[in-house]
Amino acid sequence: MRNIAFILKRELGGYFATPVAYVFLVIFLVLAGVFTFYLGNFFERGQADLQAFFSFHPWLYLFLIPAISMRLWSEERRSGTIELFLTLPISIGQAVVGKFLAAWAFIAIALALTFPMWITVNILGNPDNGIIAASYIGSLLMAGGYLAIGACVSAITKSQVIAFVVAAAVCFVFTVSGTTMVLAFFAGWAPQAVVDAIASFSFMSHFSAISRGVIDLRDLVYFVSLIAAFLFANAALVELKKAG
Amino acid sequence: MSADTMLEIKNLQKHFGPIRAVEDVSFTVRKGEVLGFLGPNGAGKSTTMKMITGFLAPTAGTATVCGFDVEAQPIEAKKRIGYLPEGAPAYPDMTPAAFLDFVGAIRGFDGAERAKRVDLAVARAQLKGVLHQPIDTLSKGFKRRVGLAQALLHDPEVLILDEPTDGLDPNQKHEVRELIRQIAPEKAIVISTHILEEVDAICARAIVIAKGRVLADGTPEALEKRSRWHYAVSVVTASAEVPRLKALWNGHPAVAAFEAVEGEGGLAMLTAFPRGGVPMLAELGRMAREAGIRIDEIREERGRLDEVFRDITGKAA
Repeated sequence: MRNIAFILKRELGGYFATPVAYVFLVIFLVLAGVFTFYLGNFFERGQADLQAFFSFHPWLYLFLIPAISMRLWSEERRSGTIELFLTLPISIGQAVVGKFLAAWAFIAIALALTFPMWITVNILGNPDNGIIAASYIGSLLMAGGYLAIGACVSAITKSQVIAFVVAAAVCFVFTVSGTTMVLAFFAGWAPQAVVDAIASFSFMSHFSAISRGVIDLRDLVYFVSLIAAFLFANAALVELKKAG
Repeated sequence: MSADTMLEIKNLQKHFGPIRAVEDVSFTVRKGEVLGFLGPNGAGKSTTMKMITGFLAPTAGTATVCGFDVEAQPIEAKKRIGYLPEGAPAYPDMTPAAFLDFVGAIRGFDGAERAKRVDLAVARAQLKGVLHQPIDTLSKGFKRRVGLAQALLHDPEVLILDEPTDGLDPNQKHEVRELIRQIAPEKAIVISTHILEEVDAICARAIVIAKGRVLADGTPEALEKRSRWHYAVSVVTASAEVPRLKALWNGHPAVAAFEAVEGEGGLAMLTAFPRGGVPMLAELGRMAREAGIRIDEIREERGRLDEVFRDITGKAA
């Protein structure tokens, strides 16, 4: 645990040592605002909730989170610091979890900085704050899912560009797998069980379930086990690279 | 394995697909020993070091650090190793102070103890002036010293240094060598290099590898003895005297061959190479004196490590 905390601290400090963190935070907040107010028609809807804000999170994360995750391992491999990092007396599991938690904490900071949105709806009307709180939790969990995928992809390559593009593509698959566009493609020939399984992999459907205000155990289990599975794969890939 | 053996490498192999980077490397390093790891670029030096430090998994063979197998008990082994990877990588956005603090934390030091360790490493590597500058902005020499400080921080029993003086100026090289000499008695140290003077300067033992195999293992003196220059006698004399000297010395049974180089001001240097590595300075000097040949300078050659190195590794190619 100690080692994970030290790695987390170093990594998180690393974000703020460069303009990367500030650029990311500004872009994230601006885009979140643009999506909410222009595409989400926040005012026109005339409802005191943050549905317009949260419904765009999957799309926001789709390209912003791979931008965070791409450097996790690729950068270390390119600059050679990975040799230093992995010859310290830490286990690969600690390394993987420490890096993931640092990036997740960073995204949590970005998400927390959207608090003026929450204040705004409370000034304009009387929203159900329970739903908003649940949505924040759901959004953070979903971010963790995207991040775990991105971290895993980043472990494969020393090119950050490849890490970004591949992560975004995989995240896209997980985002849209519940949409009618994808399901219709399978529904024609695949058995219903397969179609249901594909639908159940969708970030969107689990996230929208949580953002209705119900934190269902199944949705929690889904995100937590997805994160665990990709972190496990991440550790396995780092281990595999050791073998050359 | 004897009690003071700190590092034991047995039949280490590493294949990357069809490429055999390391074929078969075995050696042991005892406490107090500084081992020079020599070889041309691409010989497998760095790959071997990466396997010793647990960064790469060997295809076959074992590396044991203070009794801990690097593959079976990696954490225990890594605790006892200080490693300076090739190129001395360090996180570019961090300052040396923050970086060393992080390494100290991971190495298990807390509070005052960590501060003390960092201070000592900073003093040893002479980093005081740049402690709060991002590593990114440091010169090559300072970056290398940050890497050294990091490797020495926990006072490890085994030090693996991949080209520690590469990119340093002569003064810095001297300082690093002094540092290594100071700490050597308590540690087992492996230094990879292709600077041969360095081997002479600090290593008690040298291993030459090429194409992933150990080609020679011995003291630098023993390696020098393989050179045809070992016990060769060079004299500086008037050019006109060279033929006389050659004729005179040719009669000596230990002399195998001559080489003459014309110099300035009518002087020349003549070198007599020995047959079968026998000293002959005294006798050749006496012969020249008795024959009344004027000699400005006479000396015995030591053997040339670079030549031995070329000779050994050239055969492997």
